[in-house]
Amino acid sequence: MVEFAMHNAWLIPLLPALSFAVIAIFLWPWPKASSTFSIIMILTSFVLALAVVYGVYTKPELIEKSLIYTTRWFSMPGLKVDVGIMLDPTSAMMLWVVTLVASLVQIYSLGYMEGDPGFSSFYAYLSLFAASMLGLVLSSNLLQMFVFWELVGLCSYLLIGFWFYKDSAREAAKKAFITTRVGDFGLLIGLLSLQILFGTLNITDLAAKAAHFQDFVSAGTLTLVLVVLFLGPIGKSGQFPLHVWLPDAMEGPTPVSALIHAATMVVAGVYLVGRILFLFKAVPTAMHVVAIIGGFTAFFAATIALTQTEMKRILAYSTVSQLGYMMLALGAASLTASMFHLMTHAYFKALMFLGAGSVLHALHGKAHIHEMGGLYKKMPWTTWTFVIGALAIAGIPPLAGFWSKDEILLVVKEAAHEAPGIYTPLFWLAVITAFMTAFYMFRQVFTAFFGPEKPENHPHEAPWNMRLPLVILAILSVIGGWVGLPWMEKGFGYWVRLGEYHHAEPNYLIMGASVLVALAGIYLAYLMYYKKAIDPDRVAERFGVLYKLSYNKYYIDELYLWFNQLVVDGMGKLLYWFDLYVVDGIVNGIGAITRGSGAVLRFTTTGSLQNYALVIFLAILVITLYFAFGDASYASLFLGGGK
Amino acid sequence: MITLTHYLLLSAVLFTIGLFGVLTKKNAITVLVSTEIMLNAVNLNLIAINKYVGADGIYGQLLALFVIAVAAAEVGVGLGIIISMYRNKESISLDDFNFLKW
Repeated sequence: MVEFAMHNAWLIPLLPALSFAVIAIFLWPWPKASSTFSIIMILTSFVLALAVVYGVYTKPELIEKSLIYTTRWFSMPGLKVDVGIMLDPTSAMMLWVVTLVASLVQIYSLGYMEGDPGFSSFYAYLSLFAASMLGLVLSSNLLQMFVFWELVGLCSYLLIGFWFYKDSAREAAKKAFITTRVGDFGLLIGLLSLQILFGTLNITDLAAKAAHFQDFVSAGTLTLVLVVLFLGPIGKSGQFPLHVWLPDAMEGPTPVSALIHAATMVVAGVYLVGRILFLFKAVPTAMHVVAIIGGFTAFFAATIALTQTEMKRILAYSTVSQLGYMMLALGAASLTASMFHLMTHAYFKALMFLGAGSVLHALHGKAHIHEMGGLYKKMPWTTWTFVIGALAIAGIPPLAGFWSKDEILLVVKEAAHEAPGIYTPLFWLAVITAFMTAFYMFRQVFTAFFGPEKPENHPHEAPWNMRLPLVILAILSVIGGWVGLPWMEKGFGYWVRLGEYHHAEPNYLIMGASVLVALAGIYLAYLMYYKKAIDPDRVAERFGVLYKLSYNKYYIDELYLWFNQLVVDGMGKLLYWFDLYVVDGIVNGIGAITRGSGAVLRFTTTGSLQNYALVIFLAILVITLYFAFGDASYASLFLGGGK
Repeated sequence: MITLTHYLLLSAVLFTIGLFGVLTKKNAITVLVSTEIMLNAVNLNLIAINKYVGADGIYGQLLALFVIAVAAAEVGVGLGIIISMYRNKESISLDDFNFLKW
């Protein structure tokens, strides 16, 4: 079974793709059949993924040398591109996360999307997304990964704009696709440059060549190429400045938000950087760029989340912030910390999104937390699983988030030994962000779930198919971090790593500090939103400008809109003028010239044959004279031997 | 001594006279006659060169005979056209036949 799964790992993305095709072509008139087929397929993929995980995690040799199955995709003179499957602890872990969350979301959608006219197509899109993401994760070649990268972007567009009759959903879908497209442009340039410089896009071949990259390219050029390539992950993983699409992506149904914009698609950028981290490590400047952008994003998004009032928006900005943490970890050259946080974040963020979905389902779409209250009475399952998720993200031990966030803080501190100018400020940003994370999460928890009930709300607990994923994810949020405890000899850090196994000493100072910071955040939220000891409105007034900036997302959307109108529309107007007057002018001008010359030349047709005969005679005269005197080879003919 | 040059000059002069007539005269028949003059000039040229330039054979005279025959046929056709022109317009002055003027 395990051997079968590992040899045929290509089945794992194929089954959901098959589900998409079957539903789209045959099953769509029958919603129940569509969802059943889709769930069967994804659960089969999940089982296969489990087998692969078991197989991989019993073969330590795969850590150093991944198991690759490839075949030639196409070849031309000077270009050979392969396509294949890459099995190693990192991809196995991603398989586990993606199939798990995809399966749970599909089960959840049975309850959440019940009665929606687009029920079948929802499952078709979910299956297509699962197939694309799994394909991305298993790719052994960067070009193949790019194909799946674009596919997941497409699925994101389809699913965000699922309720296409809503204006806001359509706009959000377009915004997501176009913003990530900007990033993908950089990614494409980067990939092409890598192909040209290194002659290959196979990940293992690149790893081999990265060790002596100076044979292929100078350090400066490689840095530039990697920074341009990094634009893709900036777009896809919602880093500053291309983060603007993620909060708007909440227009999509909540299962979509949980699956795509929390646990899987947005981590594609992190995964890509992780896969080519050996290239980034070769040129430390590129790593610093990654770290700075990641750290800044984490802080920046957390400051926005502090003031948002829509439940899903808070979670969206939280996702952006946590993705910033993952990038920061990669920037500190630690694949381990980043992937660990990716895994735990998937558990608790998907959990919280599904919990939010449960609330929205109960309150018929009402999303503002200040219009909710006291939900714990009627919705205990949702409340307490959500609280577990919030505790996890805040970083309270022994829940999962604590171990992974601590790992990140640890590696950033270690990197600060090498380059303190860069990493020390980032470390402190990360710590402050941890405080803010705890605060805004529990602000949401206390406001929405506890406190007095609002009489106009009639909440009810979610059906079993929505509660089951919540419970499973809650359990994982508690125990999921125990695979990477710092005291373990062969924990997560042993399997998922880049380079030598670096068994760091558990740093109790950092651990203690992060717990304190988290508890402080929770306590402040408790004071402000539960006991109402501090009035939030007074605090908002005190912070005046900062509050306004945060609430309006630093006006970045407005800035981009202005820039768009000025530059893009301006260029459009300029080029339109050019097309109208210059290009059309030339074309019309040619016509005008023809007409004009015709108007003049018509006077040569006098109608008199003798005039024509005269012209013919003169022409013959000219030709004869030319050949007699101008062209030496004929001169002898006409003049009887020399001039 | 009469050399080749004399004949060639005579033929050139005749040709020019004929050309002048073709290009300038108004009467269609005069144009035809001028054409005949041109053709006769060419015949002179052919025969003179045949005599003075030492090639074997009588090819110049042969070609001159052909030209005479063709000229005769051409005059026949030309007169037919002129008759047709007269029937259309009651005149054979070439100035009147400018239907293709702009």
